Amino acid sequence: MTLIPRARAQHPLAYAPGYKTSVPRSPKLALISMPATPTEDTGPVFGQSMLGELDNNLVLNLTGDPAIGERVLVHGRVLDQSGRGVPGALVEVWQANAGGRYRHKKDGYLAPLDPNFGGCGRAITGEAGTYQFLTIKPGAYPWPNGPNDWRPAHIHFSVFGHAFGQRLITQMYFEGDPLIPRCPIVNTIPDQSAIDRLVAPLDMNGSKPHDFLAYKFDIVLRGTRQTLFENKKEGM
Amino acid sequence: MVQKLDTLEETPSQTAGPYVHIGATPNFAGIGGIYPEDLGLKPFPDDAEGERITIRGIVHDGTGTPMRDVLVESWQANADGQYGPGTQGWARLPADQENGIWTLETIKPGAVGAMAPHIALWIVSRGINIGLQTRIYFDGDDLSADPVLARVEHRNRLPTLIAKSDGPGSWRFDIHLQGDAETIFFDM
Ligand SMILES: [Fe+2]
Repeated sequence: MTLIPRARAQHPLAYAPGYKTSVPRSPKLALISMPATPTEDTGPVFGQSMLGELDNNLVLNLTGDPAIGERVLVHGRVLDQSGRGVPGALVEVWQANAGGRYRHKKDGYLAPLDPNFGGCGRAITGEAGTYQFLTIKPGAYPWPNGPNDWRPAHIHFSVFGHAFGQRLITQMYFEGDPLIPRCPIVNTIPDQSAIDRLVAPLDMNGSKPHDFLAYKFDIVLRGTRQTLFENKKEGM
Repeated sequence: MVQKLDTLEETPSQTAGPYVHIGATPNFAGIGGIYPEDLGLKPFPDDAEGERITIRGIVHDGTGTPMRDVLVESWQANADGQYGPGTQGWARLPADQENGIWTLETIKPGAVGAMAPHIALWIVSRGINIGLQTRIYFDGDDLSADPVLARVEHRNRLPTLIAKSDGPGSWRFDIHLQGDAETIFFDM
């Protein structure tokens, strides 16, 4: 894996005062930039054998009985920056239930827990970098930030490619949600075209009649496969 | 006008939020029955070669408050300075929900080429909009030829990257997001 330096302008600002918790949790001094070393160019390798049959089925994976909510297939590819699929990537997701409530002791929102919804899933990408999850569309929820801030419906994604330096956590939003432009967390990203890349389009061709709708969400990780002209880094 | 480049932009990061443990370590978060065990419970099998060490630390926010909802991931070479195989060398370190202490029970890594023994950390939580990269080096090792540390302009900040021994096989490595002792974070 050849890591490409991160284009920071495509990412959120660390200090984004509209998202209040970022104020005390953002470094004040500059990051120290330097080329990746073998430590960043390598990473753990996960095998399909660690997965259980229902790991990517959030509708069923807590109890075997279906969760309540709008059934959706979320699918896409994990790609590198040259557009090639990344096989063997570990994709982990977590989300609120259809009412906007997380199964977490710190979440006290008045929407009830769903006894059949846990809220986590995981998959490992196939040869072409493909993954899919069957889940329910999460509800919007209020959160303590401004006096009346609501998160748009979203699914949290954690992705491992082939290198520790590619490590990424992000959030997927749903096409057409009017809460997206109002969200202080979305708006930590200064570039509108970068925000757009977090919004999954409705994919009717991927849906299954009388069963589920589909949304497509591709994820691009840093880096490309090795090139012919790569020089070995001095002393590393 | 010019031709379009073929390279894609990396997907933007977003904060891990307050419930990252539901996704990363659901059993730790109290959601049992979905996965038999959480990933990254320990970096090496019990019979791995090398010196057994334990590293503990707290991630402090800008007010000095321990971050009890933080998740740290670690990645390191084995005792011979090799990465892998499989998931060896990688661990997930959820902070204790009461006191914010994370604990890494591992083996002391070997040097990797010219780089002194070190452990890479990646830190995510609510309020962190893009994961923070830093490194643990070890007090007492010869760090003088390390090419990464050599690039740090403000030498007075180097101690923020160096774990201190606090007993046999026991190390302490606290992280400060802001303040006089702000930890060095990398973009690499
Ligand atoms: Fe969330």
